[in-house]
Amino acid sequence: MTQAIVVDSHPLDQILRADRMPHIFCPGCGIGIAMRCYAQALLESGIPQQRHVVVSGIGCTGRVAGYIAIDSYHTTHGRAIPFATGLKLANPNLMVTVFSGDGDLAAIGGNHLIHAARRNVDIKVICVNNFNYGMTGGQCAPTTPLGAIATTAPYGNPEQPFNLPYLLVAAGAGYVSRWTTLHVRQLKQDILRCFARPGFTFIEVLSACPVGFGKSNSIADGLEELQLYRERCVIADGVPLEEMGIDLRENRPIYIGNFIDRDLPVYHPVSLTT
Amino acid sequence: MHGDEACAEGAIAAGCRFFAGYPITPSTEIAERFAQRMPELGGVFIQMEDELASIAAVLGASAAGARAMTATSGPGLSLMLENLGLGVMLELPCVIVDIQRGAPSTGLPTMVGQADVMQARWGSHGNYSIIAYAPWSPQEAFDLTVLCFNMADRFRTPVVLLGDEVIGHMMERVVIPPAEQLPRWERKRPTTPPPTAGPYRAFEPDPDDLVPPLPHAGEGYRVHFTGLTHDERGYPDMSGEAHHVLVTRLNEKIDRHVEEITRLEDYGLEDARIVVVSFGCTARSARRAVREARARGIPVGLLRLVSLWPFPEAVLRELAQRVDTFIVAEMNLGQVRLEVERCSGRPAVGVHHAGGEMIHPEQILQAILRSAGR
Repeated sequence: MTQAIVVDSHPLDQILRADRMPHIFCPGCGIGIAMRCYAQALLESGIPQQRHVVVSGIGCTGRVAGYIAIDSYHTTHGRAIPFATGLKLANPNLMVTVFSGDGDLAAIGGNHLIHAARRNVDIKVICVNNFNYGMTGGQCAPTTPLGAIATTAPYGNPEQPFNLPYLLVAAGAGYVSRWTTLHVRQLKQDILRCFARPGFTFIEVLSACPVGFGKSNSIADGLEELQLYRERCVIADGVPLEEMGIDLRENRPIYIGNFIDRDLPVYHPVSLTT
Repeated sequence: MHGDEACAEGAIAAGCRFFAGYPITPSTEIAERFAQRMPELGGVFIQMEDELASIAAVLGASAAGARAMTATSGPGLSLMLENLGLGVMLELPCVIVDIQRGAPSTGLPTMVGQADVMQARWGSHGNYSIIAYAPWSPQEAFDLTVLCFNMADRFRTPVVLLGDEVIGHMMERVVIPPAEQLPRWERKRPTTPPPTAGPYRAFEPDPDDLVPPLPHAGEGYRVHFTGLTHDERGYPDMSGEAHHVLVTRLNEKIDRHVEEITRLEDYGLEDARIVVVSFGCTARSARRAVREARARGIPVGLLRLVSLWPFPEAVLRELAQRVDTFIVAEMNLGQVRLEVERCSGRPAVGVHHAGGEMIHPEQILQAILRSAGR
C-alpha cells in the first residue's frame, strides 16, 4: 500500500511558486530535476532574485517559467529566445535565462537559436532534451534518434537528429555544455558558470521522458534512463564535436561536459552616447 | 521628409527607444532611420533574423519597460500575427507598423496596397479587439505614431499603424512640435510595492477601465506572464469560466472606449446626402473628388477614417439616418465597404482597386455623379 508523503515546506520554497504545486510533470520525468538545479543556482548565484528573469516557450519544459518565483514569461512556441533578447537589451541589468525544450528551441525556434548564438546576446539558454515532443504525447522531435519510435514515426524515425552541441558551436556559441538529469551537481555548477560569464551560453540537459519516449523505445522508466546515463556517460575530452550525436538505443558513449568555452565579442546595441 | 521617416521620428518623439525589425519593402526606411537614430539617443536598434523574432523582441522589451516598436509590410505582418495575439494576451503595449503593399503573397513589393485592413483586425487566432490608425500624409504618419504609443500604453495592448506605400514614400513637409508639446500618456503602473507574501496580481483590472497596472521585469514583483488562459495572478487557469472572463475583459477594455480611441475627419458632412468613406492614401483622391463634386452642387461629404479599428459603428449608424448613399473608396476589393454596409444596414457603392496604383479622383467622382443621378 502506498501513502502520499506531504511536507509542509521545501528547501526551495523561497524561489519556487509553491502555490502552483503540484506541477504537471509525469512520474519519472527529468524536467523537475533540471528545474531544481536551475532554482538552486538562482539562490547561489549571488545575483539578487529581482534581477533574474526566466523565459520559456511552449511544451513541458516551457512550463518551468510558471513554477519559478521570479519574473517569468511563458511565451509562444519557439519564440522564447527573441523575447528574452528584447528583455535583456531593454534592461541590460537583468540576468535572463531561457529555459525550454528541444522541440521548442531547436525545431520551431531553431532559427532564433542559431542566430542568438551567432549574435552572442547575453542570455543563458538551458535546453532540456528529452528526444521527443512530450506535451503533445510523444511525437518526433529534431532530436529523436534515427529509427526511434514516436507516435508520428510508428515504423521508426526516418530522419537524422540534430547534434545540438555541434550545431551551436558551428553557429558561433561561446559556451556549450551537455549534462543529464543524473549530473545534478555538475549541472548546477555549470549554470552558475554561465551566470558568471557574459554572452550567449547553451546547456543541453538530457532528460528522461518515460511516457512520451521511453516506453516506446525500450527504456522502461525514468530510473532505467538514469541508470543508462550512469553507465554510458563519459566526460568528453578531446572528442570531436561531430561525434556528440546521441542514440540511447545503441551501446556507445554519451559525451557530456563543457565542450567549448571561448571569449567572443558580446552583442551590445551600437551606442554613440557616453 | 517622407512618410516612413516621419513614422520613425514620431516613434522617437514618443519616447520609443527600442526597435526590432526585419527588412521589407516598403517599410525598410523606418528600420534604417532607427538604425541611424537609436545609437545617438542611447536606444536599441536590432535587426532580427525574421519578423517572428522582431515582434517577440518588441514584446520582451515592452515587458522590461521600453516603449518598443517594429515595422513591416503585409507578408511580415502575417508572420507577426501569432505574437500579436501574445501581446494581446500578456497585455504588453507595443506598436506594429504595417506599410501596406500589393497583396496577397509577395504581390507587388514596391507598389501600394490597402488590403491588410482585415488582417490587422482579425489576423491572429481567437477573439480580440485591436486598435489601428491609418495616416494619409507624412505629417500624420508622425502624429499617429505618437498616438499609437499613447494608446498602446493607455490600454496596455498592441496597436497597429496601417500605413501604405504611397504615404510611406511620399515626401511632404512635416512639422515636429517641441517634445514638451507632445501628448504623453504613461502606462498605468503598480501603486503598491511588491507583496511580501503571495503573488502580485498583474492582471487584476482597474474597475474603472478594465486596464491592469503593468509591473516591469526587474522591479521585484515576481510576475508570471503566460499566453495560456490565466487568472488575475497570471497563473494558468484551464477552465472555460476563466477563459470567458479573461477574453471578455480583453475585448471590453477596448470596446468600451471606442469614442476615446476613434479619430475621424469629416469634410462637408453637415449637408451631405452622399458620403464617401475612405482612408490612407486613397482618402487624398476621395477628398479631391468630393471637392469637385461639391463645386458642381452635389451634396456629398467625406468621412475619413483616421482610426480603422475599432470600427466607428455608432458614427456610421448615425450617419445612415440622414444620408442616402455611402460610397467606399479603398485599394482592396471591399474590406471597409463590408463594415460600412454592416453598420449602415444597406448596400454601399464600392470604388475598389486591388492595389498597385492609386485610385484616381476621377473614378470616385464618377461614382459620386452616378449616385447623384447625374
